[in-house]
Amino acid sequence: MSTTPTIILIKDTRLAGVDTTRDVQNVFEKCLKEAGIESHVQAVRAADMGVYERGVVVKLLPQNVFYGNVKDEDVSLIVNKTLKKGELVEHLALRNLPSQVRVVLRNCGVINPESMEEYIQEKGYEGLRKCLLHLTPAQVIDEMKKSGLRGRGGAGFPTWMKWNLARSSVAEQKYVICNGDEGDPGAYMDRSVLEGDPHSVIEGMIIAGYAIGASKGFFYIRAEYPLAVERIHLAIKQAYEGGFLGQNILGTKFSFDLDVRLGAGAFVCGEETALMASIEGKRGTPRPRPPFPTQAGLWEKPTIINNVETLANVPVIFQRGGDWFSAIGTEKSKGTKVFAITGKVKNSGLVEIPMGITMREIVYGIGGGAADGKKVLAVQTGGPSGGVIPESHFDTPVSYEHLQELGSIMGSGGMIVMDEDDCMIDIVKFYLGFCVEESCGKCAPCRIGGYQMLKLLEKISEGNGTDQDVASIKRIAKAMQKASLCALGQTAPNPVLSTLRYFEDEYKQHIGDKKCRAGKCGKLLQYRIMPDKCKKCRLCQLKCPSNAVVGDKEKGYEVVQAKCVKCGVCYEVCKFEAVERI
Amino acid sequence: MTGMASNNSKHDSTVFMRTQAFGSGFNDKRISKEHMKLTTIDGQQIKQAVGKWKDKPGNLIMMLHEVQGCYGYVPREVALKLSHEADVPLARIYEVITFYNYFKLQPPGKFNIAVCMGTACYLKGAPELMQELKNRLSIDEGQTTGDGMFHLDGVRCLGCCGLAPVVAVNGRVHAKVKKGDIIDILSKCKKEANS
Repeated sequence: MSTTPTIILIKDTRLAGVDTTRDVQNVFEKCLKEAGIESHVQAVRAADMGVYERGVVVKLLPQNVFYGNVKDEDVSLIVNKTLKKGELVEHLALRNLPSQVRVVLRNCGVINPESMEEYIQEKGYEGLRKCLLHLTPAQVIDEMKKSGLRGRGGAGFPTWMKWNLARSSVAEQKYVICNGDEGDPGAYMDRSVLEGDPHSVIEGMIIAGYAIGASKGFFYIRAEYPLAVERIHLAIKQAYEGGFLGQNILGTKFSFDLDVRLGAGAFVCGEETALMASIEGKRGTPRPRPPFPTQAGLWEKPTIINNVETLANVPVIFQRGGDWFSAIGTEKSKGTKVFAITGKVKNSGLVEIPMGITMREIVYGIGGGAADGKKVLAVQTGGPSGGVIPESHFDTPVSYEHLQELGSIMGSGGMIVMDEDDCMIDIVKFYLGFCVEESCGKCAPCRIGGYQMLKLLEKISEGNGTDQDVASIKRIAKAMQKASLCALGQTAPNPVLSTLRYFEDEYKQHIGDKKCRAGKCGKLLQYRIMPDKCKKCRLCQLKCPSNAVVGDKEKGYEVVQAKCVKCGVCYEVCKFEAVERI
Repeated sequence: MTGMASNNSKHDSTVFMRTQAFGSGFNDKRISKEHMKLTTIDGQQIKQAVGKWKDKPGNLIMMLHEVQGCYGYVPREVALKLSHEADVPLARIYEVITFYNYFKLQPPGKFNIAVCMGTACYLKGAPELMQELKNRLSIDEGQTTGDGMFHLDGVRCLGCCGLAPVVAVNGRVHAKVKKGDIIDILSKCKKEANS
């Protein structure tokens, strides 16, 4: 009988019915007590295990064994066979699970994020020790080059190159900034890492500081993530106490200090020059580059700005070597990427996959396809700066260059699944509306171009569009891409252009046929009362705000289209489903 | 070890709200009168906020965070005092406040309702929830009900996309909200206010 501490994670993964996770946990606890091993085996309820629709799923750690469809009577079998004798229960074991690889999320949900001891137990700060005691800054950057890590914030700039540029800038003071201003709607991986494994990001920052010769670092975190802010504050305090921050770290000559600055709800502050202005306490407006931040950044000093996920990768690279890291992924995109897969998908949540697996594997294999048995139409990646990828291109591998070829970007990793009920014009209006509202207003192409483009799209969605409008949209998009000051304006037309590329038919339908396939563009809908279903209760007539429902008990009722304001009240109030929307 | 369950912080984390920073805010007589009362006690707190950050570069935004943490918004009088204490022109303070969505110029309601307008929530029916709330409360986005009870906002992604669509009331997140749930949420608030 082994006495190694074991964790049993339990989760009822059925989509319907009563959640029995807690009951199974109770059975486990009883069985463990009976077997007399409750002191070193812990049964815990898990929030998500990356396995779905396999009944009650049980995962044993550190054995890393998955059991599915576990019934109450199987519990004693698992306890007696696997825990006491170390044997596998064959008929329950799950194999061939979707291919997730956890590098960034290695500790999330596994360790207590508020305990530095648990992080250290999982080989935390080993990478830092190796760097400070055995490697020169140049060697650190060489190892980063070997790993092939690219920025996870969106653009995919090679991390080693950024570090090298900052290292070669000569200055008394240099800075490292962690960009935790995760503003893309639909992406929350940075939040999860900051909340679930704060020390890994801190370790990444210290290593970055050592590599470029900086003695000061800043966390820039959204104020909307109070728990992340709290945990980072706590982790920084612990790191100071543990001697990983402050003067003469680990007895070397290297000193590094960390501080936290809060964002205040401006999407544009995710852009690096705007972010620096915000840390300096000013309005977060971008400025032209060059000079690049690596030459003159925060307070005109050389600065590197790395995304949370990028920094969380760094400690692992030094723990296990750049070669190990570069073995994961494709030729030009190394390592893993965390995606937040949400929208009209069965299993939404965070997934971490090696670069290069196909979109189909993510959407159907891990995400389980569309909910309610509908058809998946497309996936949107990269948030307001990205584009849509239609179902027909789902066999493309997910990597920086492949997504770019398709007219989208990797972005920070939001992946929104859309089904046949979604209208592309509506989605594009949503994203563009976001960019228009978040534009800082400094440069005209973004401020005016975005607004005009949105007006044209609204015109189309209301059924007043012409072919000329599409041409205008294309012209404005090109101007914005070329002339905007920062990435917000340059990429804002991306959702429009990619839908024009793959879903031009839908634009044509809205313009030519005045029809919205998905029924999302309210102004294009028509409401009609079906005489055969109508029970003549008159409810729709009473509720109609514009007196568009006419008729009487004998003749029946109908909607006068000229008067109808398309509010949909008749459709909603009808108890007999006699009002149709076409 | 706390296991996976503890990492699912989506339910308990406080979520703050975005407001229309360009609102009519600081000319409103009702508001400034209300806060004449408050200003009598705030001197010390502002001194504290300034003292804590004074020597750090780029401190203005952090000081404003402290002020808003205290009052729930940035009252005109407090901004004036801050300008005096920290030796920053008032224009610079308002320049910053009006740029960032997070800083508010109007007092929050008793219950601040934030409808998440992130992509996932949008696709899963957030606009309908917003319409329902507007109808039930008879106010528009960014407004407060006459009795100061409810304030309604459409906000940026709250980062709980797995639970879409979500509505946060005073930071408490309601997950997978349906149109029919709105009335329950509102009546619970009213009950809480009465008890």
